[in-house]
Amino acid sequence: MTVLVYAEHDNNALKGDTAKLISAATQMGGDIHVLVAGSDCAGIAEAAAKIDGVAKVVVADNEAYGHQLAENIAELVVELGKDYDHIVASASTTGKNFMPRVAALLDVAQISDIIGVESPDTFVRPIYAGNAIATVQSEDTIKVITVRAASFDAVGQDNSAPVEASDAVKTSEKSSFVDEQLTESERPELSAADIVISGGRGMQNGENFSLLEGIADKLAAAIGASRAAVDAGFVPNDMQVGQTGKIVAPQLYIAVGISGAIQHLAGMKDSKVIVAINKDEEAPIFQVADYGLVGDLFDILPELEKSI
Amino acid sequence: MKILVPVKRAIDYNVKVRVKADYSGVDLANAKMAINPFCEIAVEEAVKLKEQGVATEVVVVSIGDKSCQEQIRTALALGADRGIQIDTDEKLDSLQIAKLLSKLVEKESPDLVILGKQSIDSDNNQTGQMLAALTGMPQGTFASKVDIDDNKVKVTREIDGGLQTVQLDLPAVITTDLRLNEPRYASLPNIMKAKRKPLDVMPAADFGVDLSSKVKVLKVNPPAQREGGVKVDSVAELVDKLKNEAKVI
Ligand SMILES: Cc1cc2nc3c(=O)[nH]c(=O)nc-3n(C[C@H](O)[C@H](O)[C@H](O)COP(=O)(O)OP(=O)(O)OC[C@H]3O[C@@H](n4cnc5c(N)ncnc54)[C@H](O)[C@@H]3O)c2cc1C
Ligand SMILES: Nc1ncnc2c1ncn2[C@@H]1O[C@H](COP(=O)(O)O)[C@@H](O)[C@H]1O
Repeated sequence: MTVLVYAEHDNNALKGDTAKLISAATQMGGDIHVLVAGSDCAGIAEAAAKIDGVAKVVVADNEAYGHQLAENIAELVVELGKDYDHIVASASTTGKNFMPRVAALLDVAQISDIIGVESPDTFVRPIYAGNAIATVQSEDTIKVITVRAASFDAVGQDNSAPVEASDAVKTSEKSSFVDEQLTESERPELSAADIVISGGRGMQNGENFSLLEGIADKLAAAIGASRAAVDAGFVPNDMQVGQTGKIVAPQLYIAVGISGAIQHLAGMKDSKVIVAINKDEEAPIFQVADYGLVGDLFDILPELEKSI
Repeated sequence: MKILVPVKRAIDYNVKVRVKADYSGVDLANAKMAINPFCEIAVEEAVKLKEQGVATEVVVVSIGDKSCQEQIRTALALGADRGIQIDTDEKLDSLQIAKLLSKLVEKESPDLVILGKQSIDSDNNQTGQMLAALTGMPQGTFASKVDIDDNKVKVTREIDGGLQTVQLDLPAVITTDLRLNEPRYASLPNIMKAKRKPLDVMPAADFGVDLSSKVKVLKVNPPAQREGGVKVDSVAELVDKLKNEAKVI
């Protein structure tokens, strides 16, 4: 049995998720090969080769893969992956974009967003915004799987697996990259941070998010948001935590001015410790909070910043 | 230009679901059902394109038993022109849904298919991408902006790092994200009008698609419950607990 793991990166650095995917892949059994597809991505392949448990890295270095266009990546993964038992990628926007294409082209189902591996063919995944947990068994010859990285611990990085080049080039004429606006931030990434502090509609506007920044700086925390805060234009879309945004499971999650709708809880309720700051003592967020503080966030946040 | 919009009947997003006592699934008896919210955004986008004179016809399709006609009628009340129900009693996976839709795409030859990015029940996020692969169409998933220009479409996509814009040849598949638009409410006159709009019923069995799935649900459990925590009275007490009790800062 062999597992093909798709490594996620931005051509500059390997995403930390990869070492978590390897941990999921290890539970599926067999040799683990990692595919690095990108443009000018030799350094990424080297980084992937260091991850424990990896038997081989295959690198497809070509302009066609520079922007991770689903049409091109899916064709590549189908060609390289058709003899594997499992094909695994992160349930990130990249994995969610191309993996269902891979599954359809291979004529197999996709198992989305798994949080556990029971056996090589049986997986655990949340449904209904995490209000139910399904255990599913697949009889497909190739299991195409996206993994919720936050549910697995990263493996170590003490390996030196061989790197092999693939010269497969897949380009679609029908789709092309135009541009991108990436959020620049000095802070840790939301899905990788040990501490996350998120603001909701209660923050009232974008400027007030500076009240969270001071605290985030002191705690080396990432900043997140509820859908309402993103929809209102306070902060960019990539900060949304929830069922249809990012899933986080940090050591500490601080929810500020967030009511605690099920769609928001779906993205953060596996955090180790949850703090809620809200002026409404009936807010549902308090039902999942380890420590709740009832009060006006505009009084509480400056005081909190001073006392940590 | 013709737009096809697949819509799914799903539990209303406000309903908190409960797992059945025998762990066989989720209890949907008497639960309020609605159009999956992302499909509603898809209908809105198609109707807007029609109002702007870009599209000429909006066709909605739902796959399921007779009850999904309710959601088709809602979409017609929101401004779609005609509806199709692909009739089946079976619980289908995204792959089977995508295969049925790809057959319908052969029949209807739409220039654009707009789907929701995700069903809020299965949380699959697969069907649009699978349909694109099966029909050989390019895809613009998680769209927050759609610009049609002749035979091309520019799609701005919500991705983990921010926004990405891609350009696709038509026909293409688009899946919607939350910021694409704000769906309208159906007015009473439009709800009445929708009752007279055409709604075709096509048996799924006539599509020549193998509807069996290779994925079995073994059991469905409730999630682990969090222990209720405590309320603290002051910032000082909070910081003390985080430092000395939880030891997370
Ligand atoms: C299909 C779909 C997908 C969704 N996906 C997501 C998702 O991924 N993530 C997500 O977050 N939501 C999602 N939602 C939206 C979700 O249902 C809620 O609408 C949203 O989470 C509410 O955000 P909020 O808590 O910031 O706003 P509100 O519910 O308006 O809560 C604001 C809170 O701030 C408090 N507050 C106000 N002023 C102050 C103050 N001065 N001091 C202290 N507290 C104050 C209020 O008491 C209130 O509890 C989704 C919804 C749908 C339909
Ligand atoms: N039974 C169905 N009938 C029509 N469209 C569907 C059906 N199931 C899924 N879809 C479409 O596929 C999208 C994504 O669903 P999913 O892949 O299940 O998350 C939905 O938002 C719908 O647009």
